[in-house]
Amino acid sequence: MSTRTDFAQTAQQREAAVTIFERGAPGRRASMLPEIDVPLQAAEALLPARFRRQEIPRLPEVSEPEIVRHYVRLSKRNFDLDSGFYPLGSCTMKHNPKMHERVAAMPGHSRLHPFQRPERAQGALELMWGLQEALSEVAGLPHVSLQPSAGSHGELAGVLLTRAYHEARGDAREIILTPDTAHGTNPATVTMAGYRVVGVGTNPDGGVDLDDLRSKATDRVACLMLTNPNTLGIFDPNITEIAKIVHDVGATLYYDGANLNAIMGISRPGDMGFDIVHFNLHKSFTQPHGGGGPGSGPIAVSDRIAPYLPVPLVTRTDTADGPVFDLTDDAPQSIGRLRGFQGNYGVFVRAYAYICSLGGEGLRRASEIAVLNANYLRARMREKGIGEYLSSPYEGSCMHEFVLSGGPMKRDLGIRTLDLAKRMLDFGVHPPTVYFPQLVEECLLIEPTETETRETLDAFVEIVAEILAEAATSPEIAQNAPYTTPVRRLDEATAARTPVLRQSFDRE
Amino acid sequence: MSEYTSLTPEDLAEMLATIGVASIDELLGAIPDDVRLQVPLNIPAGRPEQEVVAHLRQLAERNTSADDEITFLGGGMYDHYSPALIESIILRSEFLTPYTPYQPEISQGGLQAMFEYQTAISELTGLPISNASLYEGPSAVASAAYMSKLANDRPEFVVSRGLHPHARQTLATVAHGWGGRVVEVDLVNGVTDLTQLADLVGPNTCAVIVQQPNFLGAVEDLSAIAEIAHAAGAVPICSADPLTLGVLEAPGNQGIEICVGEGQTLGNRLDFGGPSFGFLAASAEHMRRMPGRIAGQTADVDGRRGFVLTLQTREQHIRREKATSNICTAQALNALAGVIYLAWLGRQGLPELGELLLQRTAYARTQLAALDGVELLHDQPVVREFAVRLDAPADRVIAACQDRGVNPGLALGHEYPEYENGLLVAITEQRSRSDIDTLVRVLGEVVAEIIGSRTAAGVAG
Ligand SMILES: Cc1ncc(COP(=O)(O)O)c(C=O)c1O
Repeated sequence: MSTRTDFAQTAQQREAAVTIFERGAPGRRASMLPEIDVPLQAAEALLPARFRRQEIPRLPEVSEPEIVRHYVRLSKRNFDLDSGFYPLGSCTMKHNPKMHERVAAMPGHSRLHPFQRPERAQGALELMWGLQEALSEVAGLPHVSLQPSAGSHGELAGVLLTRAYHEARGDAREIILTPDTAHGTNPATVTMAGYRVVGVGTNPDGGVDLDDLRSKATDRVACLMLTNPNTLGIFDPNITEIAKIVHDVGATLYYDGANLNAIMGISRPGDMGFDIVHFNLHKSFTQPHGGGGPGSGPIAVSDRIAPYLPVPLVTRTDTADGPVFDLTDDAPQSIGRLRGFQGNYGVFVRAYAYICSLGGEGLRRASEIAVLNANYLRARMREKGIGEYLSSPYEGSCMHEFVLSGGPMKRDLGIRTLDLAKRMLDFGVHPPTVYFPQLVEECLLIEPTETETRETLDAFVEIVAEILAEAATSPEIAQNAPYTTPVRRLDEATAARTPVLRQSFDRE
Repeated sequence: MSEYTSLTPEDLAEMLATIGVASIDELLGAIPDDVRLQVPLNIPAGRPEQEVVAHLRQLAERNTSADDEITFLGGGMYDHYSPALIESIILRSEFLTPYTPYQPEISQGGLQAMFEYQTAISELTGLPISNASLYEGPSAVASAAYMSKLANDRPEFVVSRGLHPHARQTLATVAHGWGGRVVEVDLVNGVTDLTQLADLVGPNTCAVIVQQPNFLGAVEDLSAIAEIAHAAGAVPICSADPLTLGVLEAPGNQGIEICVGEGQTLGNRLDFGGPSFGFLAASAEHMRRMPGRIAGQTADVDGRRGFVLTLQTREQHIRREKATSNICTAQALNALAGVIYLAWLGRQGLPELGELLLQRTAYARTQLAALDGVELLHDQPVVREFAVRLDAPADRVIAACQDRGVNPGLALGHEYPEYENGLLVAITEQRSRSDIDTLVRVLGEVVAEIIGSRTAAGVAG
């Protein structure tokens, strides 16, 4: 394979990766601990030798300045949302307001112990209650649990709620339907919760294939998991009919809320007929993504599902002195607990602050602008120089994100979607989601979000046009990209075949 | 007020023209009228940043934080010191604002940090394979249980009552989905009843699950427990407190095959219970059943050392319904805080901190047990937490102590009816001898007052 060599190595590329374990020297340290200020007791009396650690774990031996420089150096080997455009479809990489870090760090929030007695955690419980109310309003469903830790955890909650609902009616069922456009967490969740997945097809317009759904919707089906708009960025206009088909066979309708950023204040899952909704607070509600979490995946449910919600529940009692909040486990039909304590409270604080800042009207505006930005970018991507190579598989307008197919590009220019994505890295933007959803050939899923300026969108269009023009004459440039990143294309096959998953200390 | 957007009227007009529609509403045409929200959301109007900050401060002030009282509260999360350098690093945009490293060429910082984290967790637990993080401790227990189900497909989980109640409850919730059952083993004198354990474990046992140190603070005999599990072909699982593993033997060296735990003690905030992180490490035979992201070392086309997400054929985005777990977004930033904390504490610091906890906890335990109306609930070795029984209603004692500025710990009776008026006391390096002396004085006074008033009133407690 020809590798372009006329790109000079960057300073970062010249500097080989060194781990924290390879830095430092024996005896070096950063921490100074408080003295043992109590009368010493014999070590053996406190902890018999048979329980004692024989070999001390080989943690790093480094000074504070070394640690700081090491991780600052690592940080520079990351691309991030604050540095540039990050149109990663399905992930809602919208701006993370800086104020949220300030409020989340307040000691009354960040240094509150989860077992503090509710009388002394009234502010936190009031915040949770307020967030529940707001999420309930956005979902159009009356009951909320904030407990799940991320979207897929919310899905697990939802499927277990579905199971509890059917079991209480004495009608255990075994199948859950997921469309072929569904995110991988949907079918994975179904299996973990003891159900069997049956796929539902997609019609030529990108919506659920109603005939296929009708043929599979039997009284063995417990639930249909759906996202609307779906992962093609398309709002399914048949949603009322879908809900009817599902409800007619006694199944529940589950809403994967990853795409809620398209419809806040515009349309509500509860009004569409969904029974259970999860939110990704790290998507629509601005929790920073943290390199892969933390997130939070609250759920909202209808009345018929409410008895089974996970515990603990936040309660509110109105008294002469104002409302009093508490936590209760008293819910006899509850599915139980899904994790430790009350959920990712630090994420709740940021989501709550966001909702306070925007208000109901602002949330709606955010969704509208997300849709506008996506449609504008989509329109520009259909212009000459791009549209011939990246085709739009679906007509009509999109919601907050859209798919393109790199099929023509692959055939006419000889570069794949992967190559296009890798070449984008040299231009300082994060590529869109690629190869998902799987039913679109050479798929790109592009979600600009409402917080990007028009100039950023225009610049992205220029970048794509430039890469495609370059590929028309020199496809090998994209095929071997990137060139300017801290490392170039990595050998993932070897990594999986002969896994090296931790530092080895053979040197010792 | 601000939606953190930038759209001007001119932008809007030109963008609509480019799209070829007259209004944003036209773009929403696919949404049928009958599912359109016809009224504004019933959520109060937006407010300027300074007012939101003030509101959030008012809410914060209505919570009693670990800054507001001398706290001995533990039970799974602890007021350990988190050095300033952690915040300064994890708040950098480059760590705070990217997502999962799907594009490894521009994510080497996060991927290498995961690799370092996995190394540190592997060292602590004595097990070779660590993933890059799970949500938190109790759900990590459920994840380990699911791994064992994938390994031997047996239905029953034999679980010590020394395992955190939230972990037992979480496991029961999740296992119900796949048809798993949970059977509990009692504690005797604070530790898992090995005789009862041996009786309960059999050919249906998928895994045996214990906690180290257990919920009452007691050190468990992991070797004996692992032996019982192995004899029946069950997977021995331990939920361990990582901060005690400088003085306690590594679970992996005692026959444990999967070690999980709560990572909050490693440099993460209390945050009213989250976000923190869960860790999971396992022996090599379980590698391809691991849940979640795993970073691996490799090389780029020019031979440079680099890191990628690996073993992805386990994962939901590749394997869908055949995945070993559904987890996608985990707790990467919290795990990063964890590995920075371990680098800061360092090879010498970890056992030193363990010794400090052992000594201060022993002091507190001796002093409290000497009080009238207070006795030890068990006399097993402990590291940083121990349980006592009060001769007075625990909730009342705690409330009265809090009114005097001391939070003496957690009332055990709610989760453990068998330990009515039990109190779980946690000592961290942030609680000095003088703090402990204050606890002893205040708790002594409060218990004496309650006993005194009871005697005076001539009623039995
Ligand atoms: C459509 C969709 N569903 C579900 C999920 C899972 O959410 P999480 O990563 O928060 O578990 C995602 C996120 O990546 C998603 O895009």
